[in-house]
Amino acid sequence: MNAVPTPEIRRMAPKASQAVSQSMAMNLGPSHPACHGTLRFKVEVNGEQIVKCDPEIGFLHTGFEKLGEYRSYNQFVVVTDRMNYLSPLNNNIGYAIACEELFGVQVPPRGQYLRVIMAELSRLSDHVISVGLQGMDLGAFSAMLWTFVEREKLYDIFEAVTGARLTTSWTRVGGVFRDVPEDFPEMVRAFLDKFPRIIDEIELMLSSNRIFKDRTVGVGTMTAEQAVAYGLTGPLLRACGVPYDVRRARPYLCYPDLAFDIPIRFEGDVYARYLVRMEEMRQSVRIVREALEKLPSGPVNADDRKVTLPSKERVYRDMESLIHHFKIVMPGHGIAPPVGEVYSCTEAPNGELGFYLVSDGTGVPYRVRIRPPSFYNHQTFPLQVTGRLISDAVSALASLNVIAGELDR
Amino acid sequence: MAVDWAALQKIVRERFADQVLDWTEFRGQACLHVRRERIVEILRFLRDEPFARFAMLSDVTALDLLKHPEAGRWPGRFAVVYQLLSLEHNERLRVKAYVSEESCEIATAVEVWPAANWGEREVFDMYGIRFAGHPDLRRILTPDHYEGHPLRKDYPLKGRGERDRFPKYTEIPEEGVRGGRKA
Repeated sequence: MNAVPTPEIRRMAPKASQAVSQSMAMNLGPSHPACHGTLRFKVEVNGEQIVKCDPEIGFLHTGFEKLGEYRSYNQFVVVTDRMNYLSPLNNNIGYAIACEELFGVQVPPRGQYLRVIMAELSRLSDHVISVGLQGMDLGAFSAMLWTFVEREKLYDIFEAVTGARLTTSWTRVGGVFRDVPEDFPEMVRAFLDKFPRIIDEIELMLSSNRIFKDRTVGVGTMTAEQAVAYGLTGPLLRACGVPYDVRRARPYLCYPDLAFDIPIRFEGDVYARYLVRMEEMRQSVRIVREALEKLPSGPVNADDRKVTLPSKERVYRDMESLIHHFKIVMPGHGIAPPVGEVYSCTEAPNGELGFYLVSDGTGVPYRVRIRPPSFYNHQTFPLQVTGRLISDAVSALASLNVIAGELDR
Repeated sequence: MAVDWAALQKIVRERFADQVLDWTEFRGQACLHVRRERIVEILRFLRDEPFARFAMLSDVTALDLLKHPEAGRWPGRFAVVYQLLSLEHNERLRVKAYVSEESCEIATAVEVWPAANWGEREVFDMYGIRFAGHPDLRRILTPDHYEGHPLRKDYPLKGRGERDRFPKYTEIPEEGVRGGRKA
C-alpha cells in the first residue's frame, strides 16, 4: 500500500541540513510502475527524504535527429509520431507547420480547421490519460480506467481519419494525406456530447478527494521566476501563473478565429497543474465544437504542385499531373525548400514543441532539431523534489507527464 | 508591444561591434550571428535590456556546418544556436555563436538561464563542443563510455560499430536457463 504523507508526517521529516551523515544512495527506475517510460533517478535519501536527485535520461535515445538528416521532408513525418506516444497527432501537425514555414506554403482553410480539430482531440487524449495516470500513481485506480475508456473512443476517431490508432502519420508538407470521412463531424459531436460529463466525474472523484489533495497540494512547487528561467512550458508554466500559450502568443493555423480561454493557476504545485489540465480539456472541447461549426468545404491541401501531390484521378488522366507526381515521389527530385532555416513551435499538450529546420536547398533537411517540451520540463525535476519525500517525487513525476520518447529522441 | 528590431540591432551592433558578424532574417525570423568570445555578455544583455527582455531560453542546440553551402561565410565549423523568447514583447530571436573545430569550446549560458544546463549537455554529447564553466558537463543521451559525437556530419548514420561492441549479457549456460529455453 502507498503510505500517504499527511501534513503531520511531512512535519516530522528532518530538514535537509540535518540529513548529511546518514544519507543512502538509491535508484528510482529505470523500470518502475511509477516511472512514465524508461527513466532513472539516482537519488540520495535520508530516511524518506530526498537529499539529492540526479535524473539520468537517454534510455530511449533513438537518433531521430540524425535520422532526419537522411530522410526527405515527408518521410520524417513518420518519425515524429514515434516521438510522442500520447499525442502523435500534435507532433505530426507541429512538424508539418514547421516545414510549411520553411517552404513558404499556406494550407487552405479546410486543412487548417481539420488540423485544429485533430490537434485538440489529440490534446484531449493526452490530458485525459495524463490526469488518469496521475490519479493511478497516487492510488486512485478507477479514474485511470475511465480515462482509458475515453481514449479508446478518441482512438476510434483517429483510426477513422488517419487509418491508425497510434502511429498516425497524418500530415504531409502542405496539407494532410487525405480528407476526413463524411461522417467525421457526427462522430466527433457524438463524442463531445458525452465527454464533458466524464471530465466532471473525474473532477468529482479527484479534485476534492482528501488523499489526492494531501499528496498534490504544495508538492513540486515552482515559482513563476523559476519556471521562466528553466524554460518550463505548457500546463506546468501556466500552473505557475504565467499565461503563455503558443496558440495565442504565436498564432498558427486558424486559432485566431476561435474563441478559447487560457486557464492559469498561481500555486505552481502538482494540484494546480492537474486543475490547469482539467480546464484545458474543457477549452479544447469548446474549440473543437466551434471549429466543427465553422468547418469550411474545399481542398485540404495547398494548391502548390511543387509541394503537394496532385489527386490520383488527375495523375491517371493528364500528363502534367503525372510528371508532378513523379517529381515529388522520386528520390533526388522531391520537394525542396530554399536555403534557410526556421524555428517553428506549436503548443503540444506538454508545452512548446519546437522544430528547428535547417535547409541546404536539397530535398533532405540539413538539420532537424526537435525541441521537446518534456526535455526542458524534466530538467526541473530535481528542483521540485529535493528536500521532499519519495512519495512526493512520484506525485511530481506524474504531473510532469514526461514522454520518454521525445525526452530522449 | 513588439520589439523594435531596427533599434535593437543598432544597439547590439554598437555595443558588441567586434563580436557581431551579421544580422539576418529569413521568413520573418531574426537571427543574430556572433563570435563566441563574449557570448555570455551578449546573452545577458539580450535578457536584461528593456528593448529586448528575452527572459526565456526556448532551446539551445548546435549545427555542424561541415557540408553546408554557406559554410565559408562563417568563422568556425560549429554554430551553437540559442532560441530566445521574450515573454514581455512576445518575440523570438535566434543567436548563433560560431565555434571552430580546433578550440571547440564556448562559455556556458547556465548562469544566464539555468534552462541551458541539459541543452548544453546534449550539445556536448552530440557535437563534442565543451562549455567552459558548465556545472555538470557529462554525456546525457548516450552512455558515459560512448566515443564519438553522433550528430557531427562526418559521423556515419549507422555508427562506427558501437552496437557490436556494446557490452551484452549473452552467456547462456549449456544446460539452458531454468524455466527458460536454450538459446
